Amino acid sequence: MLTQEQVSLNSSSIEREVLLSVRNLRVWFELRRFGFGIVGHVRAVDGVSFDLHRGEAIAVVGESGCGKSSLMRTILGLHRPTEGQVLFEGKDIHALGRDGMRWYRSQVGYVQQDPYGALPPFMNVERILEEPLLIAGVRDRRERQDRIRRVLEEVKLFPVEDYLGKFPHMLSGGQQQRVVIARAMILNPKLIVADEPVSMLDASVRVEILKLLRSLQERHNLAFLYITHDLSTVKYFSERIFVMYAGRLIEKAPIRSLLEHPLHPYTHALLAATSDPDAENARRFKEVPPGEPPSLVKPPNGCRFHPRCNRMIQGLCEVQEPPEFEPYPAHLTSCWLYKE
Amino acid sequence: MENTASLLRVENLVLHFSTRRGPVQAVDGVDFDLDYHRAVVILGESGCGKSSLAKAILRLLPRNVARYDGHIYLKGNDVMSLSDEEYRRKVRWVEISMVPQAAMNALNPVLRVGDQVAEPAMVHLGLSRDEALELARRMFEHVGVPQDFLTRYPFELSGGMRQRAALAMALVTSPSLIILDEPTSALDLLTQANIFNVLKRIKKELGTSFILITHDIATSSELADDVAVMYAGQIVERADADRFFHEPLHPYSRMLMASVPRLRADQEPEFISGQPPSLISPPTGCRFAERCPLRFAKCDEAPPVFEVDGRKVRCWKYA
Repeated sequence: MLTQEQVSLNSSSIEREVLLSVRNLRVWFELRRFGFGIVGHVRAVDGVSFDLHRGEAIAVVGESGCGKSSLMRTILGLHRPTEGQVLFEGKDIHALGRDGMRWYRSQVGYVQQDPYGALPPFMNVERILEEPLLIAGVRDRRERQDRIRRVLEEVKLFPVEDYLGKFPHMLSGGQQQRVVIARAMILNPKLIVADEPVSMLDASVRVEILKLLRSLQERHNLAFLYITHDLSTVKYFSERIFVMYAGRLIEKAPIRSLLEHPLHPYTHALLAATSDPDAENARRFKEVPPGEPPSLVKPPNGCRFHPRCNRMIQGLCEVQEPPEFEPYPAHLTSCWLYKE
Repeated sequence: MENTASLLRVENLVLHFSTRRGPVQAVDGVDFDLDYHRAVVILGESGCGKSSLAKAILRLLPRNVARYDGHIYLKGNDVMSLSDEEYRRKVRWVEISMVPQAAMNALNPVLRVGDQVAEPAMVHLGLSRDEALELARRMFEHVGVPQDFLTRYPFELSGGMRQRAALAMALVTSPSLIILDEPTSALDLLTQANIFNVLKRIKKELGTSFILITHDIATSSELADDVAVMYAGQIVERADADRFFHEPLHPYSRMLMASVPRLRADQEPEFISGQPPSLISPPTGCRFAERCPLRFAKCDEAPPVFEVDGRKVRCWKYA
């Protein structure tokens, strides 16, 4: 849980050093039809900007198809941006050469969603963890083994000997996810990108893994990008939260501020749809905005949420795209309801 | 007799699978009952036997069954005594249907959705294709799928719409009971909320009873009238939802509840250390004892079921 001190620390995070800066990022995928060439674009990420500070954890929340995975993959350097830049320590990561990219990959760890799918079934834990070290050019065998040991202890897989020779299928889901985290950590990165790191795990293990991630984050002053659709876990983990809808970040806020006064109608809908265990739930219906998220090939004009919004302002929301407003300090939203 | 009996009563149901390392006791002496127009949630972590319980009730058994016995009474009639063929004709899909896990991905990609939804009505109720399609059309209305989706193929539908179609398929024969196995775990938040709205409406409008199998405690409260918590092949607690979600009895239920991250409360979630026991050689005493903070000498013996003002709990603390 975030304490009051931490919250005030967030609002002063402006003074902290920027680690990752995403500037007006657009990632469009070409749609081709045979014989016709390019017939359109899937605008997966369409104008996203934010700064992530050293040691800061940000959660990106959104439904499937909102572009959060494309955003993450572009930050990891797996997609090229159509427009805009991703700057890491001030360097444009898509302008790095081969060696630069190798350096960047050692600075950024990636925790996948499905641990079983993310681990090669024919390698044991030791080999899995040795691989990044070999690629990063750690020549000394003794050093590699030391680092493997240390990282396994950090993710609390001990006694280490019991795990080194195991293959992924011999581990439980929680243990597999720890191996994935160990692999992401082994090169001492400055940033961890975690894509729904606990969504495939059981409730009791989920909390354990989240606590592990948080303790690693604090101990190593890691920056975190935590991508999720589960709002109930974000407050235990991150300082700021971004809500993504149809390729755009529609609300950016410190966690406390978002939970206390959510602004965008879509954020309201997400919060209302999140259940806490309560027998009363069975006796009432939930309010859900009608329809489904729009096609990213032809997103609606104006605000992309307007066709589903119950507070739409006629003649404005469907015409003009809302800029960012800041009704509370450091709490931004792209919604016309908050224009002064 | 039939009027006083509950819709479903399961007594001492056992389902063991044989494997090379010995029999897996997936369902080991499960008792519960379910009334008309009610929903029971079976909560448990993966590997606790909750999906096997669903298969045991619907008699959808794999080939490696080592032991399958106990009693299942449906509307007062013992269905365990029926032959497989009788069971198929009289019970499966006629009285009890199921939405299996990841049902939305199990639709046949080369058949129109409408035909697939109508099929159970043709097979189990003996209706003609047109009659069955008419029924499918009505079920689409109940679950909120536009009529013109009847003639579409599964790939043309979103995940939420496909899940609704799978639900319509379970509803098309008007069964009295539907078993839902993790119906929303692969769906987005808003879609999930939508599906639960649909389930609540069906329960109200059609009076269908539900068995909801899930590991997601928070969303399970969206439908639950009653809760059964399963651990290592057994039901360890059975209670009404009001009291369960307020304050569960069994130490496992309490810890499970404490592990749920909450949006609207500030308590720090706690995890349960350790792992569930192997179902091949479960402990002879209480199966949760090893992870239980309240363990005492008595726990080396297997606890019977105790009743605490109408709630049932398998824990020596309540002796």
